Amino acid sequence: MNRVVWIRTAVVVGFILLLELLCRYGVIGRMTMIPPSEMATHLWRLLQSGRANADIAETLSNVAVAFASAVVGGFVIGSILHSVPRLRRAVDPFLATYYAIPFFAFYPLLVVIFGLNAAPIILIGFLFGVVAMIINTMNGLDRIPRVLIKTARVNGLGPVRTAWLIKLPSAAPQLFTGIKLAIAYSFIGVIAAEFIMSTSGLGYSIAFAFNNFDNRTMYALMLFIITLVTIVNAFFHVWERRIMARRGR
Amino acid sequence: MAASVVEMSAPRNRGVIRESQGSAASAEIHAEMTGIKRIYPATGGGPGVHALGPVDLKLARGEFYSVVGPSGCGKSTLLDVLAGLSAPTEGHILFEGREVAGKVPPGVGVVFQEDAAFPWLTVEDNIAFGLRRAGTDAAEVERRVAYAIGFMGLKDFRKAYPSQLSGGMRQRVCIARTLVMQPRLILLDEPFGALDAQTRLLMGDELLKLWRETGATVMLITHALDEAAMLSDRIGVMSARPGRLIADIRTDWPRDRDSRIAAEESFGQITSQLWRLLRDESVKAAGMAGAKG
Amino acid sequence: MRQFIDSLIFAAVLVGLWQGLHWFAGDIAIASPGVTAERAWQMVGTASFWAHFRETFSALGYALAIAVLGGMTIGLLLGLHRLSGEVAEPILVSLYSLPKITLYPLILLIFGLGMSAKVAFGAIHGIIPIAIFTMGAVKTIAPVYFKTARVLQLTRRQLVTTVVIPAAIPELVSGLRVGFSLTLLGVLIGEMFASQRGLGYLVMNAIGTLDVPTMMAVVLMLALVAVAISATLLYLDRRLHHRAA
Repeated sequence: MNRVVWIRTAVVVGFILLLELLCRYGVIGRMTMIPPSEMATHLWRLLQSGRANADIAETLSNVAVAFASAVVGGFVIGSILHSVPRLRRAVDPFLATYYAIPFFAFYPLLVVIFGLNAAPIILIGFLFGVVAMIINTMNGLDRIPRVLIKTARVNGLGPVRTAWLIKLPSAAPQLFTGIKLAIAYSFIGVIAAEFIMSTSGLGYSIAFAFNNFDNRTMYALMLFIITLVTIVNAFFHVWERRIMARRGR
Repeated sequence: MAASVVEMSAPRNRGVIRESQGSAASAEIHAEMTGIKRIYPATGGGPGVHALGPVDLKLARGEFYSVVGPSGCGKSTLLDVLAGLSAPTEGHILFEGREVAGKVPPGVGVVFQEDAAFPWLTVEDNIAFGLRRAGTDAAEVERRVAYAIGFMGLKDFRKAYPSQLSGGMRQRVCIARTLVMQPRLILLDEPFGALDAQTRLLMGDELLKLWRETGATVMLITHALDEAAMLSDRIGVMSARPGRLIADIRTDWPRDRDSRIAAEESFGQITSQLWRLLRDESVKAAGMAGAKG
Repeated sequence: MRQFIDSLIFAAVLVGLWQGLHWFAGDIAIASPGVTAERAWQMVGTASFWAHFRETFSALGYALAIAVLGGMTIGLLLGLHRLSGEVAEPILVSLYSLPKITLYPLILLIFGLGMSAKVAFGAIHGIIPIAIFTMGAVKTIAPVYFKTARVLQLTRRQLVTTVVIPAAIPELVSGLRVGFSLTLLGVLIGEMFASQRGLGYLVMNAIGTLDVPTMMAVVLMLALVAVAISATLLYLDRRLHHRAA
């Protein structure tokens, strides 16, 4: 491990220790926050008791469906838009301002349409992630050097092999960015939707615990989500580093 | 012109290639580097990279000196060290008798290969940039900028932004920006490297004109042998990494010269002499690059 | 021009889809575009709507001010100091991808209900992307600009105000655009739970009373205002990037 990683670890650990001390010595009141060590022990108990398992499974499966459909849908739509320049120019202003639209305000509407089940939750996660994937797919396809396409022609590759052997690898960095954003946005979308209005899932459980002044459960679940998202991110970060290192960047 | 050819047309053993020191000893020394080494520290367990040196170099006041060398030999590092932009691992630098240490001394101007014109400023404001930061009074800024704009042929573009100019024009802006600071030592790091061949020739003439007008000492880093042969009073030849000065060639061109000098017989002799000296070094450099990639 | 017409056609297609959804899902679920527009027009004529509107946008204003000042300062410092930047970047990226709504209870416990909670929630949404963009902008400034600054004997302060900030401005505007969208989202989420005022509250309230046209009218107006602001920033963004290229 290099120096930067050590310092980063020290910063994070130091921050957690600071929180722990502030909570232990009452600078931060118990009604506001419980010490991180208590969050962790309570989370451990919660996981062992299996009480949260159903909610965890539900949230994760919602995220998985939203993420997968955002990536696949975004890639397909992005590729289509890339190949029809006129359509792309027409849609471009909408894509560019898409994230300005406050999505969660649509969520109640989706609940009215689909009912209080998983569909509107997944849809919010999907809607949140898909456009990031569309934009990055188009960016990636834009940046394929023309000389590589010419090389493919010189070597007599057909359209399918060109797509698979040339286009996909050279668009990979941008596609990767799209995938990373899609997973983050699916998480954000799903958990926020559960939090706003739902009958189960991690987001709902946090909101429920909050409303019932059950700070220990609330913080345990918050810790769970933060840890989970951080691990997923770190995984993608390392993977991306590997790919980029091989390309000498 | 005939006088200048004498030494060059003489046989090589008459000392055209001299020791890298001592050739400037007779004139007043303007800048001096002694025992300069630059070693980049090791990263990730490997050994450090010995990029440069040891180098000893004396620049006489008012001379036009060029450094040529194979790619990656540490030419730019040499310039950075002399400018005070990076510190040498070993050795001393004196500029006008004072030690240069980790800071660019006043009186030194640098023109870089990269496009250093600020895209958010007009040509005029780019040129005035350094003077304004230095707190020069407005009338004086005005006067010097007007002069530099005229001198560099930028009159029609004073209100233009760099993105509206060609690469050659942008480099003129950077030279003008250096010129208005009235530097006594001008360092140029492959300033025309990104330009096409014809533009390079014209820019070379501009540079000679500037050198004559200002009386400044000039050090030009270049990989173009003809450029060095055409512009310089004296040319230092650098070895492959770690770069050392392996030869010192005096051209003896008259002060009043321009690109037409390329038609002289001795121009061809100097260029081919440079290539003889550099060929082996370039092969070494290319081989090293090949092994690394 | 043709592109503009194409975009209009696309917008028309979206409205058509909306109408189709209305026919498919019925009045209770989705109000038609016509009814929604009519309700929006009615609401614009009432003083109470403007009170809610002002509430939301003043919260947004404060939150954005905090996010921009804080984010740019953090980003500048991290961008100029290489080691800190390398240490901090993955931490910032992970904070960015965190579902910040999970922190909402914490914000409420600290700030209580009302304006300050909304502002804080908006600010934590906006500050991180702005910091990330600013840091990226500073880190990608051409090294030759820094060298030029040293040759021209600039002080640290002059370096920041006359080179770093101007050089980073096109990217800063991009960051501002992302920051704006997320800050608005944060403020609205804040209003949806913990407020008796603001457009977010109006949406939740309309849901409670099953007043679908009102809900949709508010969402529509929000979207239009947000898109208008974002489009303005986008225009600025493209012009600045164009000039820099």
